[in-house]
Amino acid sequence: MLTLKRLTGRTLLYLTLAVGALAMAFPFLWMGLSAFKTPAEIAAVPPVWWPERFSLENFARVFEVAPFAVYLRNSLLVTIACVLVTQVVSIMAAFAFSALRFKGRDWIFAAVVSLMVAPFELLIITNYATMADLRLIDTLPALVLPFVSSIFYMFIIRTTFQSVPEGLYWAARIDGASNWRYLWTILVPVARPTITTTSLLNAIAAWNAFMWPLLVINSRDKRTLPVGLYSFITEGGVRYELLMAAATVAVLPMLLVFAVASSQIIQGIARGGLKG
Amino acid sequence: MSLRRRSAPARFRTPPRFLTPLAFLAPFALGTLVFVFYPIIDVIRLSFLEDHVFLTGQFSRVGLGNYAATFADPHFATAVRNTTIYAAVVIPTTLVLGLAAAWLLNRSFVGRRFFQTVYFLPLVTSATAIGLAWRWIFNFDYGVLNYALSLVGLPGVNWLNDPAWGLAALMIYGVWSMLPLTTVLLLVGMQNIDPRYGLAARVDGAGALARFRAITLPLLAPSIGLVLIVNLITSARVFDELFPLFNGKPGVAGSLYTMVYFIYDSFFKANDLGKASAAAIVFSLAVLVLALLQLRLQRRWRH
Repeated sequence: MLTLKRLTGRTLLYLTLAVGALAMAFPFLWMGLSAFKTPAEIAAVPPVWWPERFSLENFARVFEVAPFAVYLRNSLLVTIACVLVTQVVSIMAAFAFSALRFKGRDWIFAAVVSLMVAPFELLIITNYATMADLRLIDTLPALVLPFVSSIFYMFIIRTTFQSVPEGLYWAARIDGASNWRYLWTILVPVARPTITTTSLLNAIAAWNAFMWPLLVINSRDKRTLPVGLYSFITEGGVRYELLMAAATVAVLPMLLVFAVASSQIIQGIARGGLKG
Repeated sequence: MSLRRRSAPARFRTPPRFLTPLAFLAPFALGTLVFVFYPIIDVIRLSFLEDHVFLTGQFSRVGLGNYAATFADPHFATAVRNTTIYAAVVIPTTLVLGLAAAWLLNRSFVGRRFFQTVYFLPLVTSATAIGLAWRWIFNFDYGVLNYALSLVGLPGVNWLNDPAWGLAALMIYGVWSMLPLTTVLLLVGMQNIDPRYGLAARVDGAGALARFRAITLPLLAPSIGLVLIVNLITSARVFDELFPLFNGKPGVAGSLYTMVYFIYDSFFKANDLGKASAAAIVFSLAVLVLALLQLRLQRRWRH
Protein backbone atom coordinates (compact mmCIF):
# COMPACT_ATOMS: atom_id res chain seq x y z
CA MET A 1 0.00 0.00 0.00
CA LEU A 2 1.40 3.33 -1.04
CA THR A 3 0.57 5.85 1.58
CA LEU A 4 1.01 9.54 0.88
CA LYS A 5 3.91 9.73 3.28
CA ARG A 6 5.67 6.88 1.54
CA LEU A 7 5.05 8.43 -1.84
CA THR A 8 6.60 11.76 -0.86
CA GLY A 9 9.47 9.85 0.73
CA ARG A 10 10.17 8.00 -2.50
CA THR A 11 9.89 11.17 -4.56
CA LEU A 12 12.34 12.92 -2.27
CA LEU A 13 14.72 9.97 -2.40
CA TYR A 14 14.74 9.86 -6.19
CA LEU A 15 15.05 13.63 -6.45
CA THR A 16 18.11 13.68 -4.19
CA LEU A 17 19.61 10.71 -5.97
CA ALA A 18 19.05 12.37 -9.34
CA VAL A 19 20.75 15.59 -8.23
CA GLY A 20 23.75 13.62 -7.00
CA ALA A 21 23.89 11.49 -10.11
CA LEU A 22 23.80 14.58 -12.29
CA ALA A 23 26.67 16.14 -10.35
CA MET A 24 28.80 13.02 -10.64
CA ALA A 25 27.98 12.35 -14.29
CA PHE A 26 28.00 15.93 -15.50
CA PRO A 27 31.69 16.11 -16.52
CA PHE A 28 31.20 12.95 -18.57
CA LEU A 29 28.01 14.16 -20.20
CA TRP A 30 29.44 17.58 -20.91
CA MET A 31 32.58 16.07 -22.36
CA GLY A 32 30.59 13.71 -24.58
CA LEU A 33 28.22 16.42 -25.80
CA SER A 34 30.99 18.95 -26.40
CA ALA A 35 32.84 16.38 -28.50
CA PHE A 36 30.10 16.71 -31.12
CA LYS A 37 29.85 20.49 -31.16
CA THR A 38 31.04 22.89 -33.84
CA PRO A 39 33.51 25.64 -32.85
CA ALA A 40 30.59 28.11 -32.94
CA GLU A 41 28.52 25.96 -30.58
CA ILE A 42 31.50 25.59 -28.25
CA ALA A 43 31.94 29.37 -28.00
CA ALA A 44 28.24 30.11 -27.59
CA VAL A 45 27.12 32.17 -24.59
CA PRO A 46 24.81 31.06 -23.04
CA PRO A 47 26.06 27.52 -23.64
CA VAL A 48 24.42 25.37 -26.28
CA TRP A 49 23.45 22.18 -24.45
CA TRP A 50 22.64 19.97 -27.37
CA PRO A 51 24.77 19.98 -30.54
CA GLU A 52 22.67 20.63 -33.65
CA ARG A 53 23.88 17.47 -35.34
CA PHE A 54 25.91 14.53 -34.17
CA SER A 55 28.68 14.17 -36.70
CA LEU A 56 31.91 12.33 -36.04
CA GLU A 57 33.89 15.16 -37.63
CA ASN A 58 35.74 16.15 -34.43
CA PHE A 59 36.79 12.58 -33.81
CA ALA A 60 38.12 12.25 -37.35
CA ARG A 61 40.00 15.55 -36.91
CA VAL A 62 41.56 14.34 -33.68
CA PHE A 63 42.94 11.24 -35.36
CA GLU A 64 44.19 13.45 -38.21
CA VAL A 65 46.06 16.16 -36.30
CA ALA A 66 47.65 13.87 -33.70
CA PRO A 67 48.63 10.18 -33.92
CA PHE A 68 45.82 9.09 -31.62
CA ALA A 69 45.61 5.71 -33.32
CA VAL A 70 49.23 5.14 -32.28
CA TYR A 71 48.52 6.34 -28.72
CA LEU A 72 45.54 4.03 -28.54
CA ARG A 73 47.59 1.10 -29.81
CA ASN A 74 50.41 1.82 -27.31
CA SER A 75 47.96 2.09 -24.43
CA LEU A 76 46.33 -1.19 -25.41
CA LEU A 77 49.68 -2.96 -25.77
CA VAL A 78 51.01 -1.66 -22.46
CA THR A 79 47.78 -2.43 -20.60
CA ILE A 80 47.56 -5.99 -21.95
CA ALA A 81 51.24 -6.67 -21.26
CA CYS A 82 51.02 -5.19 -17.76
CA VAL A 83 47.97 -7.23 -16.81
CA LEU A 84 49.25 -10.50 -18.27
CA VAL A 85 52.76 -10.36 -16.86
CA THR A 86 51.84 -8.83 -13.50
CA GLN A 87 49.01 -11.25 -12.86
CA VAL A 88 51.03 -14.35 -13.80
CA VAL A 89 53.97 -13.24 -11.64
CA SER A 90 51.66 -12.36 -8.73
CA ILE A 91 49.74 -15.63 -8.99
CA MET A 92 52.96 -17.65 -8.92
CA ALA A 93 54.27 -15.78 -5.90
CA ALA A 94 50.92 -15.98 -4.11
CA PHE A 95 50.97 -19.74 -4.66
CA ALA A 96 54.48 -20.06 -3.20
CA PHE A 97 53.47 -17.96 -0.21
CA SER A 98 50.31 -19.99 0.47
CA ALA A 99 50.47 -23.63 -0.65
CA LEU A 100 54.20 -24.32 -0.61
CA ARG A 101 56.20 -24.69 2.55
CA PHE A 102 59.70 -23.42 2.97
CA LYS A 103 61.82 -22.08 5.75
CA GLY A 104 61.12 -18.49 6.70
CA ARG A 105 58.09 -18.26 4.41
CA ASP A 106 55.87 -16.22 6.66
CA TRP A 107 58.76 -14.04 7.73
CA ILE A 108 59.70 -13.28 4.11
CA PHE A 109 56.06 -12.64 3.29
CA ALA A 110 55.72 -10.13 6.12
CA ALA A 111 58.88 -8.37 4.98
CA VAL A 112 57.59 -8.15 1.40
CA VAL A 113 54.21 -6.82 2.52
CA SER A 114 55.88 -4.16 4.62
CA LEU A 115 57.45 -2.79 1.41
CA MET A 116 53.93 -1.96 0.25
CA VAL A 117 53.98 1.25 2.29
CA ALA A 118 56.61 2.77 -0.02
CA PRO A 119 54.66 5.07 -2.34
CA PHE A 120 55.51 4.91 -6.02
CA GLU A 121 56.73 8.50 -5.87
CA LEU A 122 59.64 7.31 -3.73
CA LEU A 123 60.72 4.74 -6.29
CA ILE A 124 60.64 6.76 -9.51
CA ILE A 125 64.04 8.38 -9.13
CA THR A 126 66.00 5.13 -8.93
CA ASN A 127 63.69 3.30 -11.32
CA TYR A 128 64.33 5.99 -13.90
CA ALA A 129 68.08 5.46 -13.50
CA THR A 130 67.61 1.69 -13.76
CA MET A 131 65.66 2.13 -16.99
CA ALA A 132 68.47 4.31 -18.31
CA ASP A 133 71.02 1.64 -17.36
CA LEU A 134 68.96 -0.99 -19.16
CA ARG A 135 68.73 1.37 -22.16
CA LEU A 136 64.97 1.20 -21.97
CA ILE A 137 64.19 4.92 -21.75
CA ASP A 138 61.68 5.83 -24.42
CA THR A 139 60.53 2.26 -25.02
CA LEU A 140 57.24 0.56 -24.25
CA PRO A 141 58.80 -2.19 -22.08
CA ALA A 142 59.87 0.58 -19.68
CA LEU A 143 56.16 1.13 -19.02
CA VAL A 144 55.67 -2.49 -17.98
CA LEU A 145 58.85 -3.65 -16.26
CA PRO A 146 58.74 -1.64 -12.98
CA PHE A 147 55.19 -2.89 -12.32
CA VAL A 148 55.82 -6.57 -12.93
CA SER A 149 55.87 -7.48 -9.26
CA SER A 150 52.89 -5.96 -7.53
CA ILE A 151 52.87 -6.69 -3.82
CA PHE A 152 49.30 -5.44 -3.55
CA TYR A 153 47.80 -7.88 -6.11
CA MET A 154 49.95 -10.73 -4.79
CA PHE A 155 48.65 -10.02 -1.29
CA ILE A 156 45.00 -10.11 -2.38
CA ILE A 157 45.43 -13.27 -4.46
CA ARG A 158 47.26 -15.02 -1.63
CA THR A 159 44.40 -14.31 0.77
CA THR A 160 42.03 -16.10 -1.61
CA PHE A 161 44.45 -18.98 -2.18
CA GLN A 162 44.66 -19.46 1.57
CA SER A 163 40.91 -19.88 1.84
CA VAL A 164 41.04 -22.87 -0.51
CA PRO A 165 41.01 -26.09 1.57
CA GLU A 166 44.41 -27.73 1.77
CA GLY A 167 42.86 -31.09 1.03
CA LEU A 168 42.39 -30.00 -2.57
CA TYR A 169 46.13 -29.52 -2.92
CA TRP A 170 47.02 -32.88 -1.43
CA ALA A 171 44.33 -34.68 -3.40
CA ALA A 172 45.69 -33.22 -6.63
CA ARG A 173 49.26 -34.06 -5.68
CA ILE A 174 48.32 -37.64 -4.82
CA ASP A 175 46.66 -37.91 -8.21
CA GLY A 176 50.01 -37.02 -9.69
CA ALA A 177 49.53 -33.35 -10.58
CA SER A 178 52.66 -31.22 -10.37
CA ASN A 179 52.63 -27.96 -8.44
CA TRP A 180 52.53 -26.08 -11.73
CA ARG A 181 49.56 -28.06 -13.01
CA TYR A 182 47.70 -27.83 -9.74
CA LEU A 183 48.15 -24.05 -9.72
CA TRP A 184 46.90 -23.40 -13.23
CA THR A 185 44.25 -26.08 -13.69
CA ILE A 186 42.74 -26.21 -10.21
CA LEU A 187 43.69 -23.31 -7.97
CA VAL A 188 43.43 -20.46 -10.49
CA PRO A 189 39.98 -21.53 -11.75
CA VAL A 190 38.80 -21.77 -8.13
CA ALA A 191 40.14 -18.27 -7.41
CA ARG A 192 38.84 -16.80 -10.65
CA PRO A 193 36.59 -14.11 -9.15
CA THR A 194 39.50 -12.65 -7.20
CA ILE A 195 41.89 -12.82 -10.15
CA THR A 196 39.30 -11.16 -12.37
CA THR A 197 39.06 -8.34 -9.86
CA THR A 198 42.82 -7.85 -9.53
CA SER A 199 43.15 -7.98 -13.33
CA LEU A 200 40.51 -5.30 -13.72
CA LEU A 201 42.13 -3.04 -11.12
CA ASN A 202 45.47 -3.66 -12.81
CA ALA A 203 44.05 -2.77 -16.23
CA ILE A 204 42.52 0.46 -14.92
CA ALA A 205 45.80 1.46 -13.26
CA ALA A 206 47.86 0.66 -16.37
CA TRP A 207 45.47 2.41 -18.74
CA ASN A 208 45.35 5.57 -16.62
CA ALA A 209 49.04 5.72 -15.63
CA PHE A 210 50.39 9.18 -16.25
CA MET A 211 53.43 10.18 -14.21
CA TRP A 212 55.70 7.28 -15.11
CA PRO A 213 55.01 7.37 -18.88
CA LEU A 214 55.43 11.13 -18.77
CA LEU A 215 58.92 10.62 -17.35
CA VAL A 216 60.25 7.79 -19.49
CA ILE A 217 58.63 8.43 -22.86
CA ASN A 218 60.03 11.17 -25.09
CA SER A 219 59.02 10.39 -28.66
CA ARG A 220 55.63 10.88 -30.14
CA ASP A 221 55.13 7.36 -31.41
CA LYS A 222 55.72 5.81 -27.96
CA ARG A 223 53.16 7.85 -26.06
CA THR A 224 50.24 6.25 -24.29
CA LEU A 225 46.82 7.93 -24.35
CA PRO A 226 47.13 9.99 -21.13
CA VAL A 227 50.48 11.43 -22.20
CA GLY A 228 49.22 11.92 -25.75
CA LEU A 229 46.19 13.77 -24.40
CA TYR A 230 48.37 16.07 -22.34
CA SER A 231 50.68 16.75 -25.30
CA PHE A 232 47.58 17.57 -27.30
CA ILE A 233 47.09 20.74 -25.21
CA THR A 234 50.72 21.79 -25.30
CA GLU A 235 51.30 21.05 -28.98
CA GLY A 236 48.03 21.74 -30.70
CA GLY A 237 46.76 24.70 -28.72
CA VAL A 238 43.44 24.44 -26.98
CA ARG A 239 40.51 23.64 -29.25
CA TYR A 240 37.87 22.43 -26.85
CA GLU A 241 35.67 20.51 -29.30
CA LEU A 242 38.74 18.50 -30.35
CA LEU A 243 40.05 18.14 -26.80
CA MET A 244 36.69 16.78 -25.65
CA ALA A 245 36.60 14.31 -28.54
CA ALA A 246 40.12 13.13 -27.67
CA ALA A 247 39.29 12.84 -23.95
CA THR A 248 36.15 10.87 -24.83
CA VAL A 249 38.28 8.40 -26.79
CA ALA A 250 40.51 7.93 -23.75
CA VAL A 251 37.70 7.55 -21.23
CA LEU A 252 35.29 5.38 -23.20
CA PRO A 253 37.11 2.01 -22.99
CA MET A 254 37.30 2.14 -19.20
CA LEU A 255 33.68 3.26 -18.93
CA LEU A 256 32.67 0.24 -21.02
CA VAL A 257 34.75 -2.05 -18.80
CA PHE A 258 33.07 -0.48 -15.77
CA ALA A 259 29.59 -0.88 -17.23
CA VAL A 260 30.24 -4.60 -17.72
CA ALA A 261 32.10 -5.37 -14.49
CA SER A 262 31.17 -2.61 -12.06
CA SER A 263 30.33 -4.88 -9.13
CA GLN A 264 33.66 -6.71 -9.33
CA ILE A 265 35.60 -3.46 -9.62
CA ILE A 266 33.74 -1.93 -6.70
CA GLN A 267 34.35 -5.01 -4.56
CA GLY A 268 38.05 -4.92 -5.35
CA ILE A 269 38.28 -1.24 -4.59
CA ALA A 270 36.41 -1.69 -1.33
CA ARG A 271 38.98 -4.25 -0.26
CA GLY A 272 42.10 -2.28 -0.72
CA GLY A 273 41.43 1.16 -2.02
CA LEU A 274 42.82 2.19 -5.38
CA LYS A 275 46.37 1.03 -5.38
CA GLY A 276 48.31 0.83 -8.61
CA MET B 1 50.34 -23.28 11.84
CA SER B 2 52.13 -26.15 13.54
CA LEU B 3 48.92 -28.14 13.71
CA ARG B 4 48.45 -27.85 9.97
CA ARG B 5 51.98 -28.92 9.32
CA ARG B 6 51.49 -32.11 11.25
CA SER B 7 48.27 -32.90 9.43
CA ALA B 8 50.02 -33.16 6.06
CA PRO B 9 51.46 -36.66 5.56
CA ALA B 10 55.24 -36.44 5.36
CA ARG B 11 55.58 -38.72 2.33
CA PHE B 12 53.55 -36.36 0.11
CA ARG B 13 55.79 -33.40 0.64
CA THR B 14 57.78 -32.38 -2.40
CA PRO B 15 61.31 -33.69 -1.98
CA PRO B 16 63.41 -30.59 -2.84
CA ARG B 17 62.03 -28.21 -0.26
CA PHE B 18 63.71 -25.14 -1.54
CA LEU B 19 63.92 -25.36 -5.32
CA THR B 20 60.18 -25.44 -6.01
CA PRO B 21 59.29 -22.33 -3.97
CA LEU B 22 62.27 -20.56 -5.48
CA ALA B 23 61.11 -21.32 -9.00
CA PHE B 24 57.64 -19.93 -8.27
CA LEU B 25 58.99 -16.90 -6.47
CA ALA B 26 61.88 -16.01 -8.77
CA PRO B 27 60.17 -13.50 -11.11
CA PHE B 28 58.35 -11.79 -8.27
CA ALA B 29 61.46 -11.68 -6.10
CA LEU B 30 63.56 -10.27 -8.90
CA GLY B 31 61.02 -7.56 -9.68
CA THR B 32 60.56 -6.64 -6.03
CA LEU B 33 64.28 -6.49 -5.36
CA VAL B 34 65.12 -4.40 -8.43
CA PHE B 35 62.11 -2.09 -8.59
CA VAL B 36 60.99 -1.75 -4.96
CA PHE B 37 63.63 -2.78 -2.46
CA TYR B 38 66.74 -1.41 -4.15
CA PRO B 39 65.09 1.97 -4.97
CA ILE B 40 64.16 2.48 -1.31
CA ILE B 41 67.77 1.92 -0.21
CA ASP B 42 69.15 3.92 -3.13
CA VAL B 43 66.95 6.94 -2.57
CA ILE B 44 67.87 7.05 1.12
CA ARG B 45 71.55 7.00 0.09
CA LEU B 46 71.03 9.67 -2.58
CA SER B 47 69.24 11.96 -0.16
CA PHE B 48 72.43 12.29 1.91
CA LEU B 49 74.83 12.89 -0.98
CA GLU B 50 75.47 16.58 -1.56
CA ASP B 51 76.20 18.08 -4.99
CA HIS B 52 75.65 14.71 -6.55
CA VAL B 53 76.29 14.57 -10.31
CA PHE B 54 74.05 12.00 -11.88
CA LEU B 55 76.28 11.14 -14.86
CA THR B 56 79.63 10.82 -13.11
CA GLY B 57 78.25 9.56 -9.81
CA GLN B 58 80.43 12.04 -7.94
CA PHE B 59 79.42 14.03 -4.90
CA SER B 60 81.13 16.52 -2.62
CA ARG B 61 80.16 15.19 0.79
CA VAL B 62 77.64 13.36 2.87
CA GLY B 63 75.23 15.35 5.00
CA LEU B 64 71.82 16.76 5.57
CA GLY B 65 72.21 19.52 2.97
CA ASN B 66 69.49 18.16 0.71
CA TYR B 67 66.99 18.11 3.54
CA ALA B 68 67.97 21.63 4.51
CA ALA B 69 67.60 22.75 0.89
CA THR B 70 64.20 21.09 0.67
CA PHE B 71 62.84 22.73 3.77
CA ALA B 72 64.34 26.08 2.76
CA ASP B 73 62.75 25.95 -0.70
CA PRO B 74 59.80 28.37 -0.93
CA HIS B 75 58.09 25.97 -3.35
CA PHE B 76 58.22 23.26 -0.71
CA ALA B 77 56.61 25.63 1.76
CA THR B 78 53.92 26.36 -0.86
CA ALA B 79 53.44 22.63 -1.34
CA VAL B 80 52.99 22.00 2.39
CA ARG B 81 50.62 24.94 2.70
CA ASN B 82 48.55 23.86 -0.32
CA THR B 83 48.38 20.26 0.85
CA THR B 84 47.25 21.39 4.30
CA ILE B 85 44.50 23.68 3.01
CA TYR B 86 43.46 21.11 0.43
CA ALA B 87 43.20 18.35 3.03
CA ALA B 88 41.41 20.58 5.53
CA VAL B 89 38.70 21.51 3.02
CA VAL B 90 38.38 18.49 0.76
CA ILE B 91 38.40 15.72 3.38
CA PRO B 92 35.50 16.94 5.57
CA THR B 93 33.46 17.98 2.53
CA THR B 94 33.97 14.61 0.90
CA LEU B 95 33.12 12.80 4.12
CA VAL B 96 29.80 14.61 4.58
CA LEU B 97 28.78 14.16 0.95
CA GLY B 98 29.99 10.56 1.01
CA LEU B 99 27.95 9.77 4.12
CA ALA B 100 24.87 11.22 2.46
CA ALA B 101 25.49 9.31 -0.77
CA ALA B 102 26.22 6.02 1.03
CA TRP B 103 23.13 6.45 3.21
CA LEU B 104 20.98 6.97 0.11
CA LEU B 105 22.53 4.09 -1.82
CA ASN B 106 22.18 1.75 1.15
CA ARG B 107 18.38 1.84 0.96
CA SER B 108 16.47 -0.51 -1.25
CA PHE B 109 14.80 1.05 -4.26
CA VAL B 110 14.27 0.38 -7.93
CA GLY B 111 17.26 1.43 -10.04
CA ARG B 112 19.77 1.14 -7.21
CA ARG B 113 22.36 -0.54 -9.41
CA PHE B 114 22.05 2.19 -12.02
CA PHE B 115 22.57 4.96 -9.47
CA GLN B 116 25.51 3.12 -7.93
CA THR B 117 27.20 2.82 -11.29
CA VAL B 118 26.69 6.51 -12.03
CA TYR B 119 27.96 7.57 -8.61
CA PHE B 120 31.08 5.47 -9.01
CA LEU B 121 31.94 6.41 -12.60
CA PRO B 122 34.98 8.57 -11.73
CA LEU B 123 36.65 5.52 -10.15
CA VAL B 124 37.80 4.20 -13.49
CA THR B 125 38.64 7.37 -15.36
CA SER B 126 42.06 8.90 -15.67
CA ALA B 127 42.64 12.32 -14.17
CA THR B 128 44.25 13.42 -17.41
CA ALA B 129 41.16 12.76 -19.51
CA ILE B 130 38.38 13.86 -17.18
CA GLY B 131 40.61 16.71 -15.99
CA LEU B 132 40.27 18.10 -19.51
CA ALA B 133 36.49 18.03 -19.16
CA TRP B 134 36.87 19.95 -15.89
CA ARG B 135 39.21 22.42 -17.57
CA TRP B 136 36.43 23.10 -20.04
CA ILE B 137 33.86 23.43 -17.24
CA PHE B 138 36.19 25.89 -15.43
CA ASN B 139 36.85 27.96 -18.58
CA PHE B 140 36.61 31.67 -17.85
CA ASP B 141 34.75 32.83 -20.98
CA TYR B 142 32.71 29.83 -22.08
CA GLY B 143 32.72 27.45 -19.11
CA VAL B 144 29.42 26.21 -17.68
CA LEU B 145 30.48 26.90 -14.11
CA ASN B 146 30.79 30.62 -14.69
CA TYR B 147 27.57 30.51 -16.68
CA ALA B 148 25.87 28.91 -13.67
CA LEU B 149 27.32 31.64 -11.45
CA SER B 150 26.00 34.32 -13.81
CA LEU B 151 22.51 32.82 -13.52
CA VAL B 152 22.49 33.55 -9.81
CA GLY B 153 23.98 36.98 -10.41
CA LEU B 154 27.56 36.25 -9.42
CA PRO B 155 30.53 37.44 -11.45
CA GLY B 156 32.59 34.89 -13.34
CA VAL B 157 35.75 33.58 -11.74
CA ASN B 158 39.02 33.04 -13.54
CA TRP B 159 39.36 29.60 -11.99
CA LEU B 160 42.48 28.40 -13.72
CA ASN B 161 44.42 31.61 -14.34
CA ASP B 162 43.94 33.52 -11.13
CA PRO B 163 46.35 32.44 -8.37
CA ALA B 164 43.67 33.23 -5.80
CA TRP B 165 41.23 30.72 -7.32
CA GLY B 166 43.45 27.92 -8.61
CA LEU B 167 43.40 26.00 -5.35
CA ALA B 168 39.61 26.31 -5.18
CA ALA B 169 39.34 24.76 -8.64
CA LEU B 170 41.71 21.99 -7.59
CA MET B 171 39.64 21.34 -4.48
CA ILE B 172 36.35 21.21 -6.39
CA TYR B 173 37.89 18.63 -8.69
CA GLY B 174 39.32 16.87 -5.61
CA VAL B 175 35.95 16.47 -3.91
CA TRP B 176 34.39 15.17 -7.10
CA SER B 177 37.14 12.66 -7.74
CA MET B 178 37.47 11.40 -4.14
CA LEU B 179 33.75 11.08 -3.53
CA PRO B 180 33.25 7.67 -5.22
CA LEU B 181 35.93 5.82 -3.25
CA THR B 182 34.71 7.48 -0.06
CA THR B 183 31.15 6.39 -0.81
CA VAL B 184 32.23 2.82 -1.64
CA LEU B 185 34.11 2.43 1.63
CA LEU B 186 31.28 3.93 3.69
CA LEU B 187 28.67 1.88 1.87
CA VAL B 188 30.57 -1.33 2.61
CA GLY B 189 30.78 -0.25 6.23
CA MET B 190 27.03 0.39 6.36
CA GLN B 191 26.27 -2.95 4.76
CA ASN B 192 28.29 -4.67 7.47
CA ILE B 193 26.05 -3.24 10.17
CA ASP B 194 23.55 -5.80 11.37
CA PRO B 195 20.11 -4.60 10.18
CA ARG B 196 18.57 -5.92 13.39
CA TYR B 197 19.93 -2.91 15.30
CA GLY B 198 18.05 -0.55 13.03
CA LEU B 199 14.97 -2.70 13.17
CA ALA B 200 15.01 -2.80 16.95
CA ALA B 201 15.37 0.97 17.14
CA ARG B 202 12.54 1.32 14.66
CA VAL B 203 10.29 -0.83 16.79
CA ASP B 204 11.20 1.44 19.69
CA GLY B 205 10.00 4.35 17.59
CA ALA B 206 13.28 5.98 16.55
CA GLY B 207 13.08 8.10 13.39
CA ALA B 208 15.43 7.81 10.44
CA LEU B 209 17.67 10.64 11.59
CA ALA B 210 17.84 9.36 15.16
CA ARG B 211 18.69 5.87 13.90
CA PHE B 212 21.46 7.31 11.73
CA ARG B 213 22.93 9.27 14.63
CA ALA B 214 22.60 6.61 17.33
CA ILE B 215 23.33 3.44 15.34
CA THR B 216 24.85 3.99 11.90
CA LEU B 217 27.35 6.68 12.79
CA PRO B 218 28.96 5.00 15.85
CA LEU B 219 29.12 1.60 14.18
CA LEU B 220 30.58 3.24 11.11
CA ALA B 221 33.45 4.81 13.05
CA PRO B 222 36.11 2.37 11.78
CA SER B 223 35.04 2.95 8.16
CA ILE B 224 35.08 6.68 8.70
CA GLY B 225 38.58 6.44 10.13
CA LEU B 226 39.68 4.44 7.12
CA VAL B 227 38.13 6.95 4.74
CA LEU B 228 39.85 9.84 6.48
CA ILE B 229 43.25 8.24 6.13
CA VAL B 230 42.78 7.09 2.54
CA ASN B 231 41.69 10.59 1.59
CA LEU B 232 44.53 12.16 3.53
CA ILE B 233 47.00 10.07 1.52
CA THR B 234 45.18 10.96 -1.71
CA SER B 235 45.32 14.65 -0.77
CA ALA B 236 49.06 14.40 -0.25
CA ARG B 237 49.49 12.80 -3.69
CA VAL B 238 47.81 15.41 -5.90
CA PHE B 239 49.72 15.49 -9.17
CA ASP B 240 48.06 14.17 -12.34
CA GLU B 241 45.23 16.71 -12.43
CA LEU B 242 47.66 19.63 -12.53
CA PHE B 243 48.54 18.65 -16.08
CA PRO B 244 45.16 18.87 -17.80
CA LEU B 245 43.99 21.77 -15.63
CA PHE B 246 47.10 23.96 -15.58
CA ASN B 247 49.07 22.90 -18.64
CA GLY B 248 51.47 20.83 -16.55
CA LYS B 249 52.47 23.83 -14.48
CA PRO B 250 51.79 24.10 -10.78
CA GLY B 251 49.21 26.82 -11.25
CA VAL B 252 49.89 30.45 -12.03
CA ALA B 253 53.29 31.67 -10.80
CA GLY B 254 53.96 28.39 -9.00
CA SER B 255 51.05 28.96 -6.64
CA LEU B 256 49.87 25.36 -6.80
CA TYR B 257 52.95 23.37 -5.95
CA THR B 258 52.01 20.05 -4.34
CA MET B 259 54.32 17.61 -2.55
CA VAL B 260 54.51 15.23 -5.48
CA TYR B 261 54.86 18.02 -8.02
CA PHE B 262 57.78 19.32 -5.97
CA ILE B 263 59.51 15.92 -6.20
CA TYR B 264 58.82 15.73 -9.93
CA ASP B 265 60.05 19.27 -10.43
CA SER B 266 63.30 18.79 -8.46
CA PHE B 267 64.02 15.54 -10.22
CA PHE B 268 62.91 16.04 -13.76
CA LYS B 269 63.10 19.78 -14.35
CA ALA B 270 65.93 20.87 -12.06
CA ASN B 271 67.80 17.55 -12.22
CA ASP B 272 68.57 17.90 -8.53
CA LEU B 273 68.63 14.26 -7.53
CA GLY B 274 69.62 14.87 -3.93
CA LYS B 275 66.83 17.31 -3.27
CA ALA B 276 64.29 15.18 -5.10
CA SER B 277 65.33 12.20 -2.98
CA ALA B 278 65.17 14.15 0.26
CA ALA B 279 61.74 15.52 -0.65
CA ALA B 280 60.56 12.04 -1.66
CA ILE B 281 61.67 10.66 1.70
CA VAL B 282 59.98 13.43 3.67
CA PHE B 283 56.83 12.84 1.63
CA SER B 284 57.03 9.06 2.08
CA LEU B 285 57.54 9.27 5.82
CA ALA B 286 54.44 11.40 6.07
CA VAL B 287 52.49 8.92 3.95
CA LEU B 288 54.01 5.99 5.86
CA VAL B 289 52.70 7.23 9.17
CA LEU B 290 49.26 7.60 7.61
CA ALA B 291 49.45 4.19 5.92
CA LEU B 292 50.39 2.44 9.15
CA LEU B 293 47.42 4.07 10.80
CA GLN B 294 45.26 2.91 7.91
CA LEU B 295 46.52 -0.65 8.24
CA ARG B 296 45.69 -0.71 11.93
CA LEU B 297 42.23 0.65 11.36
CA GLN B 298 41.58 -1.68 8.45
CA ARG B 299 42.54 -4.67 10.55
CA ARG B 300 40.14 -3.61 13.22
CA TRP B 301 37.53 -2.94 10.59
CA ARG B 302 37.72 -6.45 9.14
CA HIS B 303 37.23 -8.23 12.43
